[in-house]
Amino acid sequence: MNLLEGVRLALRALTTNKLRSALTMLGIIIGVGAVITLMSVGEGVQSYITAQFEAIGTNLFFLVPGSFQEELRRPAFITTRDAEAIADPAQAPSVLHVAPVVQGSASVTTPGRDRGVTVTGVTPEYALARDWQTQLGQFVTATDNQSRARVAVLGASTASYFFPDRPDPTGEVIRVNGSPFRVIGVLSERGGSSFQNEDDVVMIPLNTALSRVFPRRTTTGEPSLTIVYVQAVSEERMDAAIEEVSLILRQRHRIGLDEPDDFTAISQSDIIGTFQQITGVLTVFLGAIAGISLLVGGIGIMNIMLVSVTERTREIGLRKAVGARKRDILWQFLTEAVMLSTFGGAAGILLGAAGASAISYFLRDDGFSAVFTVEAVALATLFSAAVGLFFGIYPAQRAAALNPIDALRYE
Amino acid sequence: MANSNTVIWVQDLHKIYKMGENEVHALRGVSLGVQRGEILALMGPSGSGKSTLMNILGCLDQPTWGTYVLGGRDVSRMDDDELAMARNGLVGFVFQSFNLLPRTTALDNVMLPLVYAGTTGRERRRRAAEVLEAVGLADRLHHTPNELSGGQQQRVAIARALVNQPSIILADEPTGNLDSKSGREVMAILQRLNRETGITIVLVTHDPRISHYAQRVISLFDGKIIKAEAIAEPIDAANELTLPEGVAV
Ligand SMILES: Nc1ncnc2c1ncn2[C@@H]1O[C@H](COP(=O)(O)OP(=O)(O)O)[C@@H](O)[C@H]1O
Ligand SMILES: [Mg+2]
Repeated sequence: MNLLEGVRLALRALTTNKLRSALTMLGIIIGVGAVITLMSVGEGVQSYITAQFEAIGTNLFFLVPGSFQEELRRPAFITTRDAEAIADPAQAPSVLHVAPVVQGSASVTTPGRDRGVTVTGVTPEYALARDWQTQLGQFVTATDNQSRARVAVLGASTASYFFPDRPDPTGEVIRVNGSPFRVIGVLSERGGSSFQNEDDVVMIPLNTALSRVFPRRTTTGEPSLTIVYVQAVSEERMDAAIEEVSLILRQRHRIGLDEPDDFTAISQSDIIGTFQQITGVLTVFLGAIAGISLLVGGIGIMNIMLVSVTERTREIGLRKAVGARKRDILWQFLTEAVMLSTFGGAAGILLGAAGASAISYFLRDDGFSAVFTVEAVALATLFSAAVGLFFGIYPAQRAAALNPIDALRYE
Repeated sequence: MANSNTVIWVQDLHKIYKMGENEVHALRGVSLGVQRGEILALMGPSGSGKSTLMNILGCLDQPTWGTYVLGGRDVSRMDDDELAMARNGLVGFVFQSFNLLPRTTALDNVMLPLVYAGTTGRERRRRAAEVLEAVGLADRLHHTPNELSGGQQQRVAIARALVNQPSIILADEPTGNLDSKSGREVMAILQRLNRETGITIVLVTHDPRISHYAQRVISLFDGKIIKAEAIAEPIDAANELTLPEGVAV
């Protein structure tokens, strides 16, 4: 008996009991459908996150004090002088802009309004490195910074929160931790599709922040920064820039040859990689949960195949009596089980695709779309066929092992 | 005892069925030879071991001990696949209860042994139609068992037993479920096949009249052969009935 004939025979057996076959397949359909939907959504989340980060720029990296990997013997700081050294083109030719930042939460008040807001002390380079534009007024200038001017640039949502009925709040005064600051500009909106609302900020000159709002000092009394944004001259020179900056900082911090860095450089691609890892694990995890329902579907197949073998005991006996070998019977029942599961799998792929498109449709305004991958389809197809094989083998073996005379006598 | 014309040779065959604690000694040392081209009838009361012996002869079951040589080959040395091949091509088995696949046409039922013989589809169809014609069912190829009478169903079963051209037909009470007229028709077909093709036939019956269609009658009692007699002049079943149309004798 060749393969085609085996398939025909199995089709005939499956269509004699259409409702039963359909119900048996339902388990697989739901299982595969869930796997496909979840994997597509997982892929979608991954590409969504990647797109979010890539929008920031691929030639940017941050420096933060401390180390994530190593235990340090001394408290770690990055100072404003460190930032100045990095910005020196003679020492770091691959670096384009350096934006030292001190950041924290502060209470911001206007008459009648009071709220905790992220206050960021910045230099003009910050607008360049992070690509900020103002919609009204202007950004923090070098003069503002040098003179420690008490001026503030508001994020778009901060402006509308504190000045709901003033389309142009420039010239108004806000109080940051009690000190009055004059509003000199409002930032353009970044768009709402980011993780944290970047539009809810107050930016003030770095030196003002260091002297008045966040007077942090190192052990030697120097002003200490939260983070330094460094922009390389090009994406290709990112690695070179990181190397130059690391060398400068190691020298300045007098770090011995065998000692670890007391700062960490994080690039966009590092972050994207980390997020992709996280979402990748999540996707696999969700897929595995969905896989459990596939397993349940497989048990359904096994159950029905066992019933079918019992019901058709006489048929098996007869086939053996006229010359069917063990493997002929084995193949016959295995083919039926695998066909049940692969048909179920095919229907499940369609269901999963429908589910993924439905989710994309509901989230279309957020710019999210599920990614229906060939891998997911291949995996689901293989997996459902494997489920059929795995759960079909036991009933098929039971059928094949029947003794012809006992089987023929079975009532 | 065995010679080149002996197609079936059994020596001291025993079969013990174990049912929990109980043992049923169904065959207690049966020795028997069947000659090529002979029609042999097995008789005996119910429970005497006739079916047990037939199942062993048909390679459907194995003796507890004893020797069985089929067409020169020792059956006890055959593995599973060889036994399947023997059932497929060396012997054709006809059951009392027909054992046709339900909801399956006569043609498909008859083709079944050829499926497992690996015959090509076209050849299967041709040969199945041919044997169905030989048993007088040329006009019933596409009928399913429930559309056929008992006699017709048994003729489909005979066609199935014949289709892979075995040298022996084993029939366990082939007329047991049939009225006497259909029974005679079936016997007439078997006799004609024997006459025309020289096929060896071993059949079980407990009807003494049916046994007279055979050339030799062996009586079993309690798992042993108690009597063997040759029928001097076997009756020709065809003479005892007006055959239905289409059956050429
Ligand atoms: N599968 C079996 N298990 C147990 N005992 C059996 C089985 N088949 C037959 N027997 C017993 O073996 C004896 C012979 O049975 P059988 O060969 O069917 O007799 P017959 O066909 O002559 O009526 C009987 O006593 C029967 O009960
Ligand atoms: Mg019997």
